[in-house]
Amino acid sequence: LSATPEIPKEDGRPKWDNKFQYLLSCIGFAVGLGNVWRFPYLCQIHGGGAFLIPYFVALVFEGIPLLHLELALGQRLRKGSIGAWNTISPYLEGVGAGSWVVSVLVSLYYNIVLTWVMWYFINSFQEPLPWSVCPLNENRTGFNEECYESTAVNYFWYRKTLNITPDIAESGTLQWWLILCLATCWAIVYLCTIRGIETTGKAIYVTAIFPYLVLTIFLIQGLTLPGATDGLIYLFTPNLNTLKNPRVWLDAATQIFFSLSLAFGGLIAFASYNSTKNDCEKDAVTVAIVNSMTSLYASIPVFSVLGFKATTAYWDCLDRNIISVINEFDLPEESIMRQNYTSWISFLNSSYPEKIAGLKLKSCNLQEFLDQSVSGTGLAFIVFTQAIILMPGSQAWAILFFIMLFSLGLSSMFGNVEGVFTPLLELQIIPKSAPKELLSGIICLISFLIALCFTLGSGSYWIDIFDRYAASVPLLVIAFFEVVGVAYVYKINRFSKDVEWMTGRKLNLYWHITWRFISPLLLLIVFTAFVTLQMQKPPSYTAWNPKYEGFPMKEEKVYPLWVQAICVLLAALPCLCVPLVALFHLVKQKRRSKDPSFVPPEVFSHQGANS
Amino acid sequence: MLRTLLLTLSVVAIAHAELCKPDAQNAFKVRISIKTALGDNAYAWDANEEYLFKAMVAFAMRRYSSKSTTQISNVLLCNVTDRVSFWFVVTDSSKNVTTVPGSEVEAAIRMNRNRINSAFLLSDKTLQFLKITSTLSPPVEPSAPVWLIVFGVVLCLIVAGIVFLIVSGIQKRKKKNKESTERENLEEKVEVTLENGIPCEALDLKAGHINGVFAADDERFTSL
Repeated sequence: LSATPEIPKEDGRPKWDNKFQYLLSCIGFAVGLGNVWRFPYLCQIHGGGAFLIPYFVALVFEGIPLLHLELALGQRLRKGSIGAWNTISPYLEGVGAGSWVVSVLVSLYYNIVLTWVMWYFINSFQEPLPWSVCPLNENRTGFNEECYESTAVNYFWYRKTLNITPDIAESGTLQWWLILCLATCWAIVYLCTIRGIETTGKAIYVTAIFPYLVLTIFLIQGLTLPGATDGLIYLFTPNLNTLKNPRVWLDAATQIFFSLSLAFGGLIAFASYNSTKNDCEKDAVTVAIVNSMTSLYASIPVFSVLGFKATTAYWDCLDRNIISVINEFDLPEESIMRQNYTSWISFLNSSYPEKIAGLKLKSCNLQEFLDQSVSGTGLAFIVFTQAIILMPGSQAWAILFFIMLFSLGLSSMFGNVEGVFTPLLELQIIPKSAPKELLSGIICLISFLIALCFTLGSGSYWIDIFDRYAASVPLLVIAFFEVVGVAYVYKINRFSKDVEWMTGRKLNLYWHITWRFISPLLLLIVFTAFVTLQMQKPPSYTAWNPKYEGFPMKEEKVYPLWVQAICVLLAALPCLCVPLVALFHLVKQKRRSKDPSFVPPEVFSHQGANS
Repeated sequence: MLRTLLLTLSVVAIAHAELCKPDAQNAFKVRISIKTALGDNAYAWDANEEYLFKAMVAFAMRRYSSKSTTQISNVLLCNVTDRVSFWFVVTDSSKNVTTVPGSEVEAAIRMNRNRINSAFLLSDKTLQFLKITSTLSPPVEPSAPVWLIVFGVVLCLIVAGIVFLIVSGIQKRKKKNKESTERENLEEKVEVTLENGIPCEALDLKAGHINGVFAADDERFTSL
């Protein structure tokens, strides 16, 4: 079985039109929303340029080896995740099943984020932008109270988009505008994945390349904005002291892991449509490096814009103070400018301290505004939208920004859906005569119906739960079993011979060491540290409650018990697939061995699958 | 005569000073920000502008109460600062040394706010009457919600794409089925007489060669 097997080329399996399409699909899957809204945040809170050190270490010892493993596995065995692991060993089929479950869960909630992006996109065609002004209250005497106390941007996000409830236990009602956008998003996903890689391969040319164009445009525009350099200096100034904190290393390891979309099964599916004589080693290194470069490239416009926003907020703070001082002392206009503000204030404070105290001036500190760090949806829908209002020609910038986010998310969705679609196709859930379009249609329809629960008032709280529990711990577990399974069950020597046959050159010592020892050890450490950190305090969330006394600050609440049970279920379900499926096969094997007349078909199935 | 004149003038001046001072009854503070509104085209605030202001307030009072008794001299300005800010009050000429109630002045200014702003090329924010709130303009509501239109366009494009792909898929499959049935029919016809993979009919055609070596050439064979 380890001799050079000749794989028949005409096995009817679809294949990529060209190598570039395959690489672009892998890159599009890896490069997602996290590159734009998680990596810059991590850089900011973990000491700027110093964060690149643990990031690079994690990339070399965890990211690239695992990526190479998955691509080589899929390319060699020419099957989706479930089929590939069944081929390695029926007892390890659970690893593939776990990947499949995670892909299903992530597809469900990831498209909701795209729904929000689409909602903002179609609202960007208005003048003025709807998140720039507060609506009036009922009797038109003033602004809407909730909007007035927070900001117009916050109001549009929490009320007009999510219509969020103050507590996760209150479900609220279905938001019809979100349902329409969700249906559109699933229709777009169906349109692009209708025939598997035949159609995604064409769509990926647009969705994978377009974000780079927009990032470049934002880069050029961002660097011309006032205050951009402050933001960039703040981002990249290294603070090497943060490296002493183990939290930084953990964040770097998890970021690399989730950023490369490992253990979803999507990469195995993509690689399985390749011809076997393909250099998967070079592909893996290329994809990993492009992903990291994209993260760095994206953080430059993001931080230029954030620096611009902080500077504008600082200037607004100063201007408000200046106006109140001028009005109080009846000084002529433009006598106090931003430059001489501090000298004027100290002069006035010495002469009229009570008057100055009576004005209740806010202290304006640029560093404080720069320190306000946000990641995730807050960055895109609150901070960035606020910055866009301040730019000239805001509609165009808003439209460009949201199309970019949509493309980034859509290319990642292709990988997720492919991770669900390919194993189902191989398991032959629907008869072979039925068209592929039917299976993809069924997948999209069922996912749409289940995802309707995320359009409830409490939907965004549930998205946070899915993001934190379904797409974190299970992936670490599955990846650990992947490496251990290939290195110790399939045996590394056999695998290295396969890779040599595919790439045409001997496997480097680096791969041997990382696959055998370093990556499993690192994954174990990351998993333990991650779980320990989660267990340290009861899981809590922040709720948007207009009736809270600290409003507009968000209220910190603890999850009720039944929600905590769901969190545990979400994290445990994919992990449990591994032992459960192994047990199932064990029972099946025992029952077969007890029946002497039954010839075990596994011998033939192994040969058939491996040839 | 001159003394009485001087006396009445001083009385009037003192009365005016009594009527118009900061926080007097029925007095309003005005704050003007010309440089903020006009930038480089800012004009200077001088006595002529003050005269215009008095004229505009008198005009507003006349329009509001529609009795033409308010004169420019009824409007008193005081405490002009460099900011530019000042206090003003409107006196009633029919009743001696009294001021028009603040509510009337407020209503009059509110009614004619737009005209007063335009006279000075300023807006509600740059020509502030500190106790008089401006009514907020209603939000601009487009006739049809714009987002629904965009959404409709996007959805139509996507549905058209899906229908196109499904129909082309069905057509391709039909063509493949037709081709495979044609090929099967062809093979069936040919299967009737096959010798070594070569249909026998081909051998009967004129294109077949007769091998001269094995052709019946009687002279070659020895006769029995």
